[in-house]
Amino acid sequence: MDRMKQWLGSGEGFPWDEREILRYLGHRGQEIPENVEQLIGECQRELEQAATARSVCVEYPLAIREHVIDMVFLQTKSRSLEKNLKDCGRILVFGATLGSRVDVLLKRYGQLSVSRAVVLQAASAAMLETYCDYCNEVWREEYQKKGWYMRPRFSPGYGDFPLECQKEIAGALEMNKRIGVTLTDSLLMAPSKSVTAVIGLSRKPKMCSIQGCEACGRTGCEYRR
Amino acid sequence: MDIRKAMEERLLFCDGGMGSLLQARGLKPGELPGIWNITHPEALVEIHRAYLEAGADIVTTNTFGADGLKYNGQMGYSVEEVVRAAVRNGREAIRQAGKEAYIALDMGPTGKLLKPLGDLGFEDAVRLFGQVAAIGASEGADLILIETMSDSYEAKAAVLGAKENCSLPVFVTVTFDEKGKLLTGGSPASVVAMLEGLGVDALGMNCGLGPMQMKGILKEILSLSSLPVIVNPNAGLPRSENGKTVYDIDADTFAGLMREIALMGARVVGGCCGTTPEHIRRTVKACQGIEPVPVKQKGRTVVSSFARAVVIDRDPVIIGERINPTGKPKFKQALRDHNLEYILQEGVAQQDHGAHVLDVNVGLPEIDEPSMMEEVVRELQSIIDLPLQIDTSDLAAMERAMRVYNGKPLINSVNGKEESMRGVFPLVKKYGGVVVALALDEGGIPETAEGRLKVAKKIYDRAAEYGIGAEDIVVDALCMTISSDGRGAVTTLEAVRRVRDELGGKTILGVSNISFGLPVRENINAAFFAMALQNGLSAAIINPNSDGMMRVYHSFRALAALDENCGDYIRVYAQEAARKKAAAGSAEGKAAAYLVSARNGQEAGDGQSSADTASALAVSIERGMKEQAVRAVGELLAKRDPLEVINQEMIPALDRVGKGFEAGTIFLPQLLMSAEAAKAAFEIVRESLQASGGEQEKKGEIILATVKGDIHDIGKNIVKVLLENYGYEVLDLGKDVAPEKIVGLAVERRVRLVGLSALMTTTVPSMEETIALLRQKAPWARVMVGGAVLTREYADSMGADSYCRDAMASVNYAEEVFRGK
Repeated sequence: MDRMKQWLGSGEGFPWDEREILRYLGHRGQEIPENVEQLIGECQRELEQAATARSVCVEYPLAIREHVIDMVFLQTKSRSLEKNLKDCGRILVFGATLGSRVDVLLKRYGQLSVSRAVVLQAASAAMLETYCDYCNEVWREEYQKKGWYMRPRFSPGYGDFPLECQKEIAGALEMNKRIGVTLTDSLLMAPSKSVTAVIGLSRKPKMCSIQGCEACGRTGCEYRR
Repeated sequence: MDIRKAMEERLLFCDGGMGSLLQARGLKPGELPGIWNITHPEALVEIHRAYLEAGADIVTTNTFGADGLKYNGQMGYSVEEVVRAAVRNGREAIRQAGKEAYIALDMGPTGKLLKPLGDLGFEDAVRLFGQVAAIGASEGADLILIETMSDSYEAKAAVLGAKENCSLPVFVTVTFDEKGKLLTGGSPASVVAMLEGLGVDALGMNCGLGPMQMKGILKEILSLSSLPVIVNPNAGLPRSENGKTVYDIDADTFAGLMREIALMGARVVGGCCGTTPEHIRRTVKACQGIEPVPVKQKGRTVVSSFARAVVIDRDPVIIGERINPTGKPKFKQALRDHNLEYILQEGVAQQDHGAHVLDVNVGLPEIDEPSMMEEVVRELQSIIDLPLQIDTSDLAAMERAMRVYNGKPLINSVNGKEESMRGVFPLVKKYGGVVVALALDEGGIPETAEGRLKVAKKIYDRAAEYGIGAEDIVVDALCMTISSDGRGAVTTLEAVRRVRDELGGKTILGVSNISFGLPVRENINAAFFAMALQNGLSAAIINPNSDGMMRVYHSFRALAALDENCGDYIRVYAQEAARKKAAAGSAEGKAAAYLVSARNGQEAGDGQSSADTASALAVSIERGMKEQAVRAVGELLAKRDPLEVINQEMIPALDRVGKGFEAGTIFLPQLLMSAEAAKAAFEIVRESLQASGGEQEKKGEIILATVKGDIHDIGKNIVKVLLENYGYEVLDLGKDVAPEKIVGLAVERRVRLVGLSALMTTTVPSMEETIALLRQKAPWARVMVGGAVLTREYADSMGADSYCRDAMASVNYAEEVFRGK
C-alpha cells in the first residue's frame, strides 16, 4: 500500500508483481536469460514514468428480481454476475486506467521493437491489476468500517456478464470526463490499459478471495492463473 | 457589444453546473440531456434565467456532447433540432431576464479518443464539431465555448470545426488533473502554445478540479498566455454518496476562492460541476469592484507537441536534421518503399541523443509529398513527444502536415519573396506555428549582413499585416559554405548577432551547410556552431547523433551560465565517463566472454576455420543479442557468400529458437529478441547482396491485418517479424482494417496467404465477415487466424484454413502453404 502511494506521488518504485508479468509473457518455468531480465526491468522503469493511474468509483443501489440485475443505471441478466452478487444490497461501479501515454509507448515499440512491446504489454497488464487491487483495498477498508463487505470485482465480459454493459457503465461513471477513458464502436476501451468492473456490497461477511482472473468462467483461457 | 470588446473592459461571469440541476428536475440516469432542450424547454429557460439573475453574463447552452454521433436520429431527434432548441432556450432566458448577456454555444468532447489512440478520425471530429458550430451560429449564438477538453488533439479539431464554419469568437477551456496535466499528457505550456497558435479568443480551464486546486495551474497559465484567461472550476473535489456525486465546498468558500482567482488575473470566471446559481451569485458579489488585471503580450517564441512546449530563446534549441532524404540513399529507398519504420527509428535515435525538435522533410521527386508528409507527421507524433519542424517548399504538403499536427509546429520555411509570403503566412495564421524566415528574396541572397537584415525586416512587416507577431518568426541568416565564399561564416555570424541586437529577433541556422565540400566536415561544423551560439543563435538544425556537435552544445550551455551547476553537462558526460570505464568490464565483457566460450565449444566439435564467427553469429541470434549479431555477420560476410550465411547459419539458428519455443524450453520474449537480432543481421546481409547485384530469395507475399473494430496489433506485429525473417514479404495493413481493404489487396496481388488477428470476442464477427468475403472474391487465398480469444473450434467454425495458436505456428503454416508452390 505504501509503495503504491509513493509511486502515485513520485512516479518511482511501483510495487511490481513480477510473477504476474511472467505469467502474461507465457512463462512456464523456463530459464530467464539475463538480457530478458534486463529488458523487463527497463520496461518497468519506462512504465513507472509513463503511466498515470486514475480511477473513479460510484456507489449505486442494487436489486435483483427474477434474474434481472438492476443497478439503477443498468438492468442486465447474467448468471455468473448474479452468483457473484448474492446477498448484496448495493454495488460499487468502478473504472481505472493507466492513461494514454502507455499506449504511446506500446505503439512506439510495436513498430520499433516487438520484444519490448510484448514485455511492455505484459508489464502494463500486471501494473493495471496491481493498481486495481490497491484501489479495491482502499475501498474495502472504507466500507468495512461502515459494515459493508466487498465481493470480488467482476468485469463486463467475465462469464456471461455482457460486454455491451460497458456503455452504461461508461456513462454512469462519466469515464471520459473523469479518467479519460472512452469506448470504441466495438466497445473496446481506449486507452487500452483500462478496466471497468462492479463490486457487490453485502452486509454478510463472506471471505471469498476469488477475484480478477479466477472469477471468470472461461477455464480454458491460456492466461488463466 | 461584441464579447471580445466587453472582455477588454470588465470581468465577465460564466454560469455554473447544468447536469445536477437537470437531475433535480427529473432527468434520469442514462437519459440524453440534450433532448430536454426540446421536451422540457421551460426547465432549461428557468435554469438559464436563474444564472442570469445571479449575475452571469454568459449562458452556456445545454449542448455538452450534443453532436452527430449521439444525436444521429436514432433517439428520435437530430443534432440540428437539439442545438437549435438549446440556443433558443438561452435566448428566451435572456429576454425574460431583460439584461445584456451572451449565448455561448457549448461544445464538449465527443466521448471518443481520436486515432491512433482511439477510433475517431481527426477529420471526422472536425466535421462533427463543425456541424454543431454551423447550426449554433445560424441560430444566433454569440460565441462558441469549447470546454472540458482533456485531449489537445480533440480541442484542435473543435477549434478548426468552429472556425471553418462560423466567424463567432471561440473560447476554449481544457481540463487538468491535480498534477496539472491533461488526461492525454499535455501541460499548460503545450496547451497555451497550441490554442494561441490556432487564434482562439480566450482560453483557460474548467471541470476536473475545484478553485483551490486550480490556483497553481492558473498562475502558470497567466505567466504564459497573451490571451484573456477563463476559469470555471467544480464546486471542489467530488465524492460519491449513495450513487450521487457531491462536491466538497459550499457557495461562500467557492466565491471567496473565485475572488482570489479574479485578483490573480483571470478575466472570465464561473463554475462547472456541482456549482449552482447560488455559487455564481456569491462569486459575482465577491468580485465586485475588482479592477481586472490587464492582459499582457508575452512575446514568447514557442512550439509544442501534444505533451511538451519548447521555448526558442536564449537557451539554444537543437533541431534534429536526420529525417531528410538529401544525400541519403537508404532514406530515399525507405520513402519509396513506404518504410515508415526506418523514419521512426531516425526520430527516436535523435530524441535519445538530445534533440528538442525534429525536422521532417520527405521531399523526393517521385513520391506524393503531401500525403507522405501527412502520414509521416501522424506517425511521428503518435510515438514521439517532441515538437516537429515541417520542412517543405510544397504548400499543399505544408498545409496537410500543419492541419493534422497535434500542437504548434515549426514551419520551414518562408522567405522574402512575395509569392512565398503570400502562400505561407495564411497557413501560419490559420493553424499556428513558428515560421523560419530565410533572409533571401527576389534579389537572391544578400551578400552582406545588412542586406539580410533588410530582408528579415521586410518579412516581419509583411507577417504583421497577416496578424502574425514577431515572436512567431525565427530568422535564418543563411549559412554559405566557406569553401566557395571565404567570408561566408563571418557574414552569417554578423547577421545572427544583429538580428538579435537590432531587431530583437530569434535566429536559426542549418549549421552543416558551412562546411560543404571540405574534408572532415565535423571539425568546421563544431567550431562554427560554437561561434554561432556565442553570437546569439537561438536554434540550430544539426545532427544530434554527432558527438562533436552535442559536445559543443553541452559545453556552451555550461560556459554561458545556461546550465545551473553544470547539472546537465555532468548528467550527460559523467555517464559517458562511467560507460567508457564499464565497457571493458561488465556488459560488453560478459557478452564477449560468452561468445568466446561459445566459440571454444564449437571448435571442439569441428575443425573448420570459419566456424568461429559462424557460431558467433548463430549464438548471437539464438541469444537475442542484436549488436553482436550485426558485428558477427559483418565479419562473416567478408569470408562467405551472403546466401550461404542466410541458409547455413541464420535460418538454422532461427529454427533452433523456434523449436525451443514450441518445446517450451524458451519463452516469448526470447523468441522475439532472437527474431530482432536476426532481423538486424538480415539487414546487413541484404545490403551486401544488393551491392553484389544479388537478392534474397522471396518466398511469397502474405497479407497481415488486425480485423475491423480491433485496435490491438501486437500479435500481428509478432507474426510479422517472424515471417519476414523466414523470407516472406509481409503486406502489413495495420489494425482496424475493413474486410474490403483486405480482400481488395488479396485480389490485386493474388496473394496466397492472409493472416488475420482479433483480440476481442466483439471483433471476431468481423473476422468471420472477412473470411466469407475472401472466399467469395479470392478463393485461392488461404486464411490463417490467431488472437487471444480464438480457439481451434472457433477458427474451424468460421471457415479459416488454419488456427495459429502462436507466432511459430503461423511460420509453420506459411512454410506448408508456400512449399506446395
